[in-house]
Amino acid sequence: MAKKTVLVACGAGIATSTVVNGAIEEIARKNNIDVNLIQIKIAEVESYLDTADLLVTTAMTKKEYPFPVINARSFLTGIGTEETRKQILDELEK
Amino acid sequence: MSDCVLDESVILTDIEAKTKEQALETVAQNLVDQNLVKKSFIPAIIQREAEYPTGLPTNGVSVAIPHTDVKHVKTKTISLAILKHPVDFFIMGDGNNTTPVQLIFMLAMNEPNSQLSLLQKLMQIFQDEKTLTYIVNQKNKTDIKNLLKKKLGIT
Repeated sequence: MAKKTVLVACGAGIATSTVVNGAIEEIARKNNIDVNLIQIKIAEVESYLDTADLLVTTAMTKKEYPFPVINARSFLTGIGTEETRKQILDELEK
Repeated sequence: MSDCVLDESVILTDIEAKTKEQALETVAQNLVDQNLVKKSFIPAIIQREAEYPTGLPTNGVSVAIPHTDVKHVKTKTISLAILKHPVDFFIMGDGNNTTPVQLIFMLAMNEPNSQLSLLQKLMQIFQDEKTLTYIVNQKNKTDIKNLLKKKLGIT
């Protein structure tokens, strides 16, 4: 399985993506998956269109991207966390 | 995390606001008055909220975590505002739906990507219905400060 590149994005790249980043690191560690996490602002996604495998974000995404997009708001509110974890794990294991 | 300002001067209770913009301006203006952020922080935080909403529905009281670029910030601060009446904020990552926010945690962060444990602890508060309900009904700023500092691990 090739190492996946995962973009973690929020509006500012400061607050929420930091929390989401931590959550994905934990998922990867627990499942022994090697993953390349890149924490960015949502406006910077354009520069990674060719290299990323997945986008996990708390911000709105209006555009279509060539990779799957997972909304990670649940990591902030605690509502639906398990479902989001599973979605992310499924993508990482593809 | 002792370098993060969180004291009575940045805890605002009984805030009257009709719109989210009014609420954001009141909280941000206080940070300018306290010399913790630059003047540019005010328009920046309102603009950012319009572009990337930060309303979070929780199992208790809905919260918002407005924040903006580090360049507008002088001193790392977490400011809390308790609104007298809830104000609608758009939900984070969702441009169509709003949530009635009564607690605003305004984050003035001065370096990107470096406050993971602080933020994780903050999110734990959002998942704790009892604490949110306690804060929203609490008038004593020192009690709120002590509770938040304990929960966030700030000395």
